[in-house]
Amino acid sequence: MRWIRKHLLAFAALAVLVYMLVPNVVVALFSFNKPSGRYNYEWTKFSTDAWQHPCGTPGICDSLGLSLKIGITASVVATILGTMVAFALGRHRFRGRASTNLLIFMPMATPEVVMGSSLLTLFVMMGVPSGSGAILIAHIMFCLSFVVVAVKARVAALDPRLEEAAADLGATPVQTFLRVTLPLTAPGIAAGALLAFSLSFDDYIITNFNASPSSITFPMYVWGASTRGTPVQINVIGTIMFLVALVVVIGGQLLGSRRQRAAA
Amino acid sequence: MASVHAPQVEPQAPALSTGSATTPARRRRNVVPYVLLLPGMLWLVVFFVVPMITLASQSLQEGSVDQGYVFTGNVGVYGEALSQYWEQLVRSIGYAASATVLALLFGYPLAYFIAQKAGRWKNILLVLVIAPFFTSFLIRTLARQTILSDGGWVATAAKTTHVTDLLQLLRLTENDRLMASKFAVICGLTYNFLPFMILPLYASLERLDGRLVEAAGDLYASPREAFRHVTWPLSLPGVVAGTLLTFIPAAGDFINSKLLGNTNTVMIGQVIDAQFLRVLNYPLAAALSFVLLVLIVTLVAVYVRRAGTEELV
Amino acid sequence: MAGHESGDLRLAGISKQFEAFTAVHPLDLTVPAGSFFALLGPSGCGKTTTLRMVAGLEEPTGGRILIGDKDITDTRAYQRNVNTVFQSYALFPHMSVVDNVSFGLKRRGDKNADRKAKEALELVQLGEVARKRPSQLSGGMQQRVALARAIVNRPDVLLLDEPLGALDLKLRRQMQIELKRIQSEVGLTFIHVTHDQEEAMTMADTIAVMNSGRVEQLGDPATLYEHPRSTFVANFLGQSNLLRATVDRGEGNGVVEVTSHGHRLEVRRDHVPAGVRDIWLGVRPEKLRLGDSGGPNRLSGQVTDVSFTGVATQYLVRMPWGRELVVVQQNDGSGRARAGETVTISWAAEHGFALDASQDADAGAQLEDDHG
Repeated sequence: MRWIRKHLLAFAALAVLVYMLVPNVVVALFSFNKPSGRYNYEWTKFSTDAWQHPCGTPGICDSLGLSLKIGITASVVATILGTMVAFALGRHRFRGRASTNLLIFMPMATPEVVMGSSLLTLFVMMGVPSGSGAILIAHIMFCLSFVVVAVKARVAALDPRLEEAAADLGATPVQTFLRVTLPLTAPGIAAGALLAFSLSFDDYIITNFNASPSSITFPMYVWGASTRGTPVQINVIGTIMFLVALVVVIGGQLLGSRRQRAAA
Repeated sequence: MASVHAPQVEPQAPALSTGSATTPARRRRNVVPYVLLLPGMLWLVVFFVVPMITLASQSLQEGSVDQGYVFTGNVGVYGEALSQYWEQLVRSIGYAASATVLALLFGYPLAYFIAQKAGRWKNILLVLVIAPFFTSFLIRTLARQTILSDGGWVATAAKTTHVTDLLQLLRLTENDRLMASKFAVICGLTYNFLPFMILPLYASLERLDGRLVEAAGDLYASPREAFRHVTWPLSLPGVVAGTLLTFIPAAGDFINSKLLGNTNTVMIGQVIDAQFLRVLNYPLAAALSFVLLVLIVTLVAVYVRRAGTEELV
Repeated sequence: MAGHESGDLRLAGISKQFEAFTAVHPLDLTVPAGSFFALLGPSGCGKTTTLRMVAGLEEPTGGRILIGDKDITDTRAYQRNVNTVFQSYALFPHMSVVDNVSFGLKRRGDKNADRKAKEALELVQLGEVARKRPSQLSGGMQQRVALARAIVNRPDVLLLDEPLGALDLKLRRQMQIELKRIQSEVGLTFIHVTHDQEEAMTMADTIAVMNSGRVEQLGDPATLYEHPRSTFVANFLGQSNLLRATVDRGEGNGVVEVTSHGHRLEVRRDHVPAGVRDIWLGVRPEKLRLGDSGGPNRLSGQVTDVSFTGVATQYLVRMPWGRELVVVQQNDGSGRARAGETVTISWAAEHGFALDASQDADAGAQLEDDHG
């Protein structure tokens, strides 16, 4: 009894983790399925067909390519703009701080459906055509706040005396920034960029309001498939994304800890 | 960086000097933050604030997509929107609130375990918490369809253990299916936004000094009292941030209600989406969207004030 | 608390094992009610683990813990009438000072919690900051809040875990006197864990010196200092000069004759452990005299270093066989030696003590505290 009580928390934690991970396992499992109908819901038969032909269903790899392109562009732009804002907030006192903070917070406190639809009204009124350009604008907008939050935490934790020490040792402001400030805030910037990419890559709701028939992103493709029939390739791509991201994150952590150990 | 140079430029400047000093260095220094802010803020103003205005304006226009819209100040559309879709609006808030409470109940033990008890497993567990993020949200929701589907072992197990009867009694399901029900939608919402709950909870529980909990035990607080008087109050910033990050997107979500629900579980996001993109009734859709925004901002403001944590970002 | 006549704390064979590492070997210890007891030792010696077992924060691997006749081994921390002043203070940051102090009383449903908390704050002279948050106080004030928070519960035993470690030297001296005053005022049993031998000697009635999970020696400060029973205690409590020697004859009027590096020396019989032939002959630096005082114990050597410390002067004197002895002389106006001078040092037979030579002469020495 005592043993169970002592480990109750661990059991609860484990159960929640399982609840969170089961869908991923199912996605991976069903990527080896050979469904009998158009829907990949019931286990029929083991097959590696989909893994051999990941692009074997029309449109899927085009949509994946578009999502990657938009995700990379949006995260690069949002990271640059967001890092600048984070430095302004973390390093400077200025008038209008409170309203800046509020403006950063608002997009995170607004449901996606509101952001997507309001942008639609803007684009309609301004005569901006929907499509990948409109999607990109929208993605940069909602990723920006998350980048600011991720980078700001790192900038605020940075000891300003390190920069003073660099200046004292004769580094110019540019050298100080490149050799001291940037390397120390890099983990925050990387985290912000990664977050921005995953948010952009995964977005359906906002994208849907601003897409045109010629700009089908991967989530839109999946959505469409869910009503027409789900090709197994969706599971293959989902699993690949999961594994790639896992490798990136674990690799990043190992790199970080090795660097820490080297420093110590 | 300008701030690095400040001590050299003004070695005698007292800490309390006001903005009235107008040396060139000081004036240049004051410009730096604005230059850094400008592009990002401009982006947010043009593509976030201005759309809110066009959204409000759109709701007060009349016309059609083909013939164009004219601003008429037709406030009546709000009455129409509220009377027609009041049910979906209330349902969305209810579902989002239930999912938030469930996510807190599920997320807290996991966040606490990772932050305080996991030791060297901490990083691996954190990766596993964010890992589901990496597979598209839609694909995972489709997987949940598979898990809850009629012939699946979860549904079978629920039926044999009479869990389905209980769910029906609670009006969470309408028949002995798990899919296409209120139950499935709330499960999906909880699942989808759980990491948004866990990460802020983890951040504040990780900062919690375990010695404070020990001290509470030393001062006659039972584990339950120690939790109530020490752990919980000290984790409140995480609770507030986590509940907001879960509730807000959940209230506007329609993917779960559409993929896992039925016609009686339609949420407001689904209505807005349909009105904009299929019915093409822009004014009504814009009015609904605006109502949702105002409702959420009001709820959030009241909540944050009551929780007493003003600084979130 | 009512219920037990004698509130002595008794540890009966308690031990603690962390996987392959034994933090505390089976330990027997009795702390009389109302005493000020110190557990002294270097870090990692098991003193904090012992304290945490008494507090109920660590489960002993074996043995029993009793207060009076009550066995508390299987009770949990919150069920024990024992309170701790933590090294980090562990003040609750989200509560005011007075709420911190009344926390324990309120958990036990004391109706007068607030009044008692205010009185406890008066006792530690912090009545005026009751409404402040702990973070608004200085380190010394936080330390006193932590003390008040523990004392207010009138525990059977009050545990202090290096409570003065975070304070600067001057404040530490002040708090040592303060703690002693409070202890005699409230009359509770205090168990004080510290690595600072001077702090332990200043404050405690009884000191248990711990090393590698065992109690090396137990006694009042003067006995421990004058009659250490191991090289570890001799070196850890103050400084000792240890000379390798062999016992020659047991006769004489209460003294034993020994030979060290060819010199005939004397030490009191009752300072020599029975049945040992090879010994370390120990003398404290302040017991050595520069110059010949006429007794049997005389050595000569060359002064290699002189450091003036105010009340005293410390000399290093190199013996012909290479070892340097430390000599501390009061600055009482007598003449001082200079570096390079050859001097005679002498001491009385009753000031020497003998230890079994099978021990490491440097045990405990390198661990000595910087302000010791």
